[in-house]
Amino acid sequence: MTSVETLSSGPLFGLPLPELWFGLLFFIFATFLFLDGFDFGVGALFATREDAAEREQFLAAIGPFWDGNEVWLVVFGGALFAAFPPVYANLFSRHYLLMFAILGALLLRGLAPEMYEQRHDERWQRWWGRAFVAGSLATPFFLGLFTANWLLGSTALVTLPGVLVGLTVVALTVVDGVAFLRLKTRGDLRADLQADGYRALAAYLLLVVATLVGVYLLAPGLRATMRSPLVLGLVGLTLVFAAAYALATRGDRYYLAFVAAAGLVFALVAVVAALLYPSVDPATGLTVEAAIVPTLSLNLMSIGAALLLPLVFVYFVVLYSAFSGPIEAGESY
Amino acid sequence: MVDPVIASRLQFALTTVVHIIFPVVSMGLAPFLLYFTWKDIRTSEPVYEQLRRFWTRIFAVSFVVGTVTGIVLEFEFGTNFAAFATTAGPLFGGPLAVEGMMAFMLEATFLGVFVFGRERVGDALYMIAAVAVGLGTWLSAVWILVANSWMQMPRGYELVTRNGEQVIHLVDPIAAYATPRFFWMFVHMQNASVESVSLAMAGLSAYFVFRHHVWERPVDHVTFWETTLKIAVVGLLITAPLQVFHGDLYARHVYETQPQKFAAMEAVWETDSYVPEYLIAFPTSLESLLDPRAKEIFGIGIPGGASWLASGGDPQATIQGLEEFEGPQPPVAVVFWSFRIMVALGFWFVTLAFWSGYRWFRGELFADDLLHKALMASAPLGVLAVELGWVVTEVGRQPWIIQGVMKTSEGVSPGLTGAEATATLVGFAAAYLGLLTLYGYVITRLIRAGPPDRADLVTTATTEPAEGEVPADD
Repeated sequence: MTSVETLSSGPLFGLPLPELWFGLLFFIFATFLFLDGFDFGVGALFATREDAAEREQFLAAIGPFWDGNEVWLVVFGGALFAAFPPVYANLFSRHYLLMFAILGALLLRGLAPEMYEQRHDERWQRWWGRAFVAGSLATPFFLGLFTANWLLGSTALVTLPGVLVGLTVVALTVVDGVAFLRLKTRGDLRADLQADGYRALAAYLLLVVATLVGVYLLAPGLRATMRSPLVLGLVGLTLVFAAAYALATRGDRYYLAFVAAAGLVFALVAVVAALLYPSVDPATGLTVEAAIVPTLSLNLMSIGAALLLPLVFVYFVVLYSAFSGPIEAGESY
Repeated sequence: MVDPVIASRLQFALTTVVHIIFPVVSMGLAPFLLYFTWKDIRTSEPVYEQLRRFWTRIFAVSFVVGTVTGIVLEFEFGTNFAAFATTAGPLFGGPLAVEGMMAFMLEATFLGVFVFGRERVGDALYMIAAVAVGLGTWLSAVWILVANSWMQMPRGYELVTRNGEQVIHLVDPIAAYATPRFFWMFVHMQNASVESVSLAMAGLSAYFVFRHHVWERPVDHVTFWETTLKIAVVGLLITAPLQVFHGDLYARHVYETQPQKFAAMEAVWETDSYVPEYLIAFPTSLESLLDPRAKEIFGIGIPGGASWLASGGDPQATIQGLEEFEGPQPPVAVVFWSFRIMVALGFWFVTLAFWSGYRWFRGELFADDLLHKALMASAPLGVLAVELGWVVTEVGRQPWIIQGVMKTSEGVSPGLTGAEATATLVGFAAAYLGLLTLYGYVITRLIRAGPPDRADLVTTATTEPAEGEVPADD
């Protein structure tokens, strides 16, 4: 078959497909962290509210979205498997217990709101509320730990930079969650959340500084890349987004704050990608070129992604516009 | 300490056996939900709004549990079967990635609209959301079965050494992804899902119909349960005979492509002709119970039945025995019994379908208490048959993870320790026991609560039938 021969002979249109897939992979991860991130943030902020009606509003806000948001993690796993099979295999089996910790935390987060809504007695809701908070805090923490271990090629389960990155990601999801909830609530609740936004942003920036210093001191191999214009530029961009977030929060510009939160997430993930490249798995020394799937599979995958991801974008636009605006009275999870 | 290979295999078995329940529910409910949504939008019969809303709640809960248990499987190829993932990744990873982008995204996004959005979106978009969710569940099965069928019938690849490891390279995508096995698996699995949901719906509604008509106890929403029963019987009448029909053709295909599995399904050790189809078979002595190759067996069989099944109608046909295959064999008793019970259940479902259809034709569907009891007892058996079918498929192909190419024991992650694998296996056993308990609890509560009361409906029927009266069938 000629078409198969063409697809096997070289990358489609001569494009740098391995690098594009490396970029796409982190784009998918950042999209997941931004979208499901606000769900995690809502889970963390859930702990700060005692009032049953306010808690109900928090759950109603994420109700239609969280499942779709979580699928970005499934797509990340699938894309990593399809584009860089040895990395998927080595990375996931090396961080065996951590992977299952992430899955367990996600399971708790997904299940808890469903269970919380089942019964309205106080004890039941207190415990499922706690489970929801625990799952929403543990998932981003373990994801941060995993990302740091990946980047630093660590085989240990818990490392100091890992813990710092984990806490950074938790703070970031709270920043994200506040921005989302300010879009979805009204009145006093919306006004109260302003202060949570400032606090979360301050914590995030402090943790970013601590992480950068920690990584700079503990990982000498990354120092040169950390001083590169790209990484410095991304750190600068983080400060710009942080300023935009703070100003938008103060001026009650809800959409702008939400976009700034997205910018913070994408900048952080971009720093990780920039520090990793050209390696995809420092622990095994696999580079993008060495780990990429053979040409025919790569071309087919690229065609599939080029056709399907724009469609996915449309689905999300439909979903988010159907449920735009604050939660109405009577809407529940 | 348990061997990491054994622990990984047990863990994968446990996580798939639990996970598959939820896709069966969502894929099987999808055509029913499309019908309910369509009728709800097009007619002013309140019962269709009740049907849509009640079964959508069941669907949503099953979907959530399906999501959280499904992600586990996608990660387990990397965590527990890293050697397999490295070797087969260039061919096997693609379908999983496409499943995420094409199917899972479609169902998970439109599920939000479908479950929460009836009042927020117009009829047209709501119907589109219903179609998108249903289509998403079935497309998911397409890509998962594309991947699985290739493991059963590997084609379109070559083995290449890369970075010092044997790696499978895709050379012919059509041969690899569109195997005849995929066709049989897809037809058999999708039909089985609809059949299983029909059985569960029939059993559940039979309970309320029985309670009302036979026991004469008070039952809310009698019309709702009567309509559910009728729709479930229609589903059963369509799917049950089909399942037996293509099951037979599928078995022949298995004989042609995986003779070792077929021999295990029939427990044939020595190549022979005129092989009987044993309905039951037991070793004649206690010692041979422990002997996997016991030949002194007592059994009741249909003469030439297995030969007939393998050849498509020739009772004299020769069947290759297990002894012709080198190396380890699949655990024959497990495969043999799973296959038998699955087939017996399939025939039982056909009996139930015709029995219910006949009673309905005679106008006695709500009066036959024996039928109601039979339907109630059979409510979970469809899902059981699906589980047994997958046991035949997956245990029957052992020792191979990729038929004839890679053994399951060679696919396990090389760095995995017995302690890690045991820890997560125990963790999963506990977590999934809890998960199944909670799922059962939630479903029971939803059933107890029943459909929404007519006073709470959006539909305002002009010709609302009185409660207890059966709406016209259409």
